Amino acid sequence: MTTKPVQTKVVYRLGDDVSTDAIYPGKYMATVLPTETPQYAFADNTEFNQKLRSKQVPPGSVIVAGANFGCGSSREQAASCLKGYDLTVIARGFARIFLQNAVNLGLRMLVCPEIEASEGDVLEIGEDYVLNQSTDNRFAVQPLPAARRAIVAAGGLIPYTRKRLAEKNR
Amino acid sequence: MGLTIVQKILARATGRPSVQVGDVVEPAVDLAMSHENAALVVNQFLEIYKGVELPPKIWDPSRVAIIFDHRVPAESAKTATNQKKVRDFVARHGIEKFHDIRGDEGGICHQILAEYGYVRPGYVVVGTDSHTTTHGALGGLAFGIGATEMASVWALGAVLNFEVPGTIKVVVHGCFGPHVTPKDLILHLIGKISAEGANFKVIEFHGDAIRQMSTSGRMVLCNMSVEAGATAGIVPADAETLRYLRVDANVLQEIPVVAPDADASYDEVVEIDAPSLVPQLACPHTVDNVVAVKERQGMKVDQIVIGSCTNGRLEDLAAAAKILKGKKVAPGVRMLVFPASWRVYRKSMEMGYLEDLMEAGAVIMNPGCGCCLGVHQGALADGDVALSTTNRNFLGRMGNPKSEVFLCSPEVAAVSALTGVITDPREGDVR
Repeated sequence: MTTKPVQTKVVYRLGDDVSTDAIYPGKYMATVLPTETPQYAFADNTEFNQKLRSKQVPPGSVIVAGANFGCGSSREQAASCLKGYDLTVIARGFARIFLQNAVNLGLRMLVCPEIEASEGDVLEIGEDYVLNQSTDNRFAVQPLPAARRAIVAAGGLIPYTRKRLAEKNR
Repeated sequence: MGLTIVQKILARATGRPSVQVGDVVEPAVDLAMSHENAALVVNQFLEIYKGVELPPKIWDPSRVAIIFDHRVPAESAKTATNQKKVRDFVARHGIEKFHDIRGDEGGICHQILAEYGYVRPGYVVVGTDSHTTTHGALGGLAFGIGATEMASVWALGAVLNFEVPGTIKVVVHGCFGPHVTPKDLILHLIGKISAEGANFKVIEFHGDAIRQMSTSGRMVLCNMSVEAGATAGIVPADAETLRYLRVDANVLQEIPVVAPDADASYDEVVEIDAPSLVPQLACPHTVDNVVAVKERQGMKVDQIVIGSCTNGRLEDLAAAAKILKGKKVAPGVRMLVFPASWRVYRKSMEMGYLEDLMEAGAVIMNPGCGCCLGVHQGALADGDVALSTTNRNFLGRMGNPKSEVFLCSPEVAAVSALTGVITDPREGDVR
């Protein structure tokens, strides 16, 4: 499967160890449906949350973060709220449960161990690289293991499970 | 080359003679646990069946456990409605391991699973809660998953496309000194290897200090292994595990155990000298920002919290009661105690711990998770400092991004409640 490179912009730059409490604060966890969670994305950061809610962030925009993005809770709302705005997360690394939730829900994310980018930078995202066009630096993307790519290719864990259920009951 | 405990557990759960690190496997699940977020699991589960011509059916309802604990009793109509939806689903699908909001059998999910003997050595346990790692204390492989993944487990009874993780072996030599607890050990370890030091790996605990530790203490270690990024923490089962399951959890059936091979291959071995450990403190806003308590000695605190799936068990309340008995919580300090379950609550009452704590000025709260993650009671004011025996101190964790949370052992929390400032319990008899 090959995809054409896309050009997009960094809308939010974060550091290491961004927790799921920062992405989707616990107090909004009673809201569970993927159609309803986006309103609380980064709710404790009023400015960015407002930008998202007032549709000032174009679909396909990028959040760039450091290591261990999505550490902490298993709350799936942290992935679904970002997917709701069609964001892409590029991080130097991800915490395991968040990464798996992103795969399962079809949130686009790239593991890019050396990524350097600032808010406003224009990025070209290819299949195995990110080119920061604002600084002219190119960064390698670490491919997801095949086991996870299979779920992404199926369109997420729900369609993947449907397929497996159908096979099992054939 | 021999096998680690996680390799052995996954080999059994996949019906293979052995598995290697990096293999992609689909282990059969022995126990699948959810709390209120079962509301989302139910939604995703029904979504799966919308696309197939089969009636929605849980693969084995006897292997599903649902426990309400995050917001109990419901703090809002929204939560109450979610709980109602789950309650209806539980009845319709014949889920018997269901713990509703009840004083006879309720509590925090991780405490309930242990108390009721739902987890056994060698089990594969998944839970829609990151602290599902707690159950490694009984010698199984237990890890957190998201709600959609749980919906898939409910449908198929297996975790799909799971990569066999590598293992970090932690060996803790010798015994703890006075006032040093399992919480201090795990905070020290997280500080040492960092919040991502064990990402995608399992931590296997060994050594004298572990063998001498109660199951309750081992639960602290495994519970917080996830704060170093670990997929799971595991203490291989031994005589203490069997004692706990037989005596405390009333398990009557045979209990097979699984042990790692002596020549197992580890990604890394970390050795810790228990006698040299001192009381530890995780400072805002990451759990790996760990210092010795004495480095922050004297810092004023506004709220003390004892509780959670990490440190709300009987021995934690006993340690706090021992320190507070006959003394008073410092003026201006609010001390909240959340027993981990109603069984812990009642046992603490019988033992007189609750009386001692209340007499000292502590408020005994309803068993549950709410305060730890800022969703139900015990909110902090702007500028407040909380000293807590819970597991996370992320910015905004307790509900207010303008407050600070420090993490510590029950002993440090109790001694600091008396002085009103962060205090090392080794400083001798305070007040």
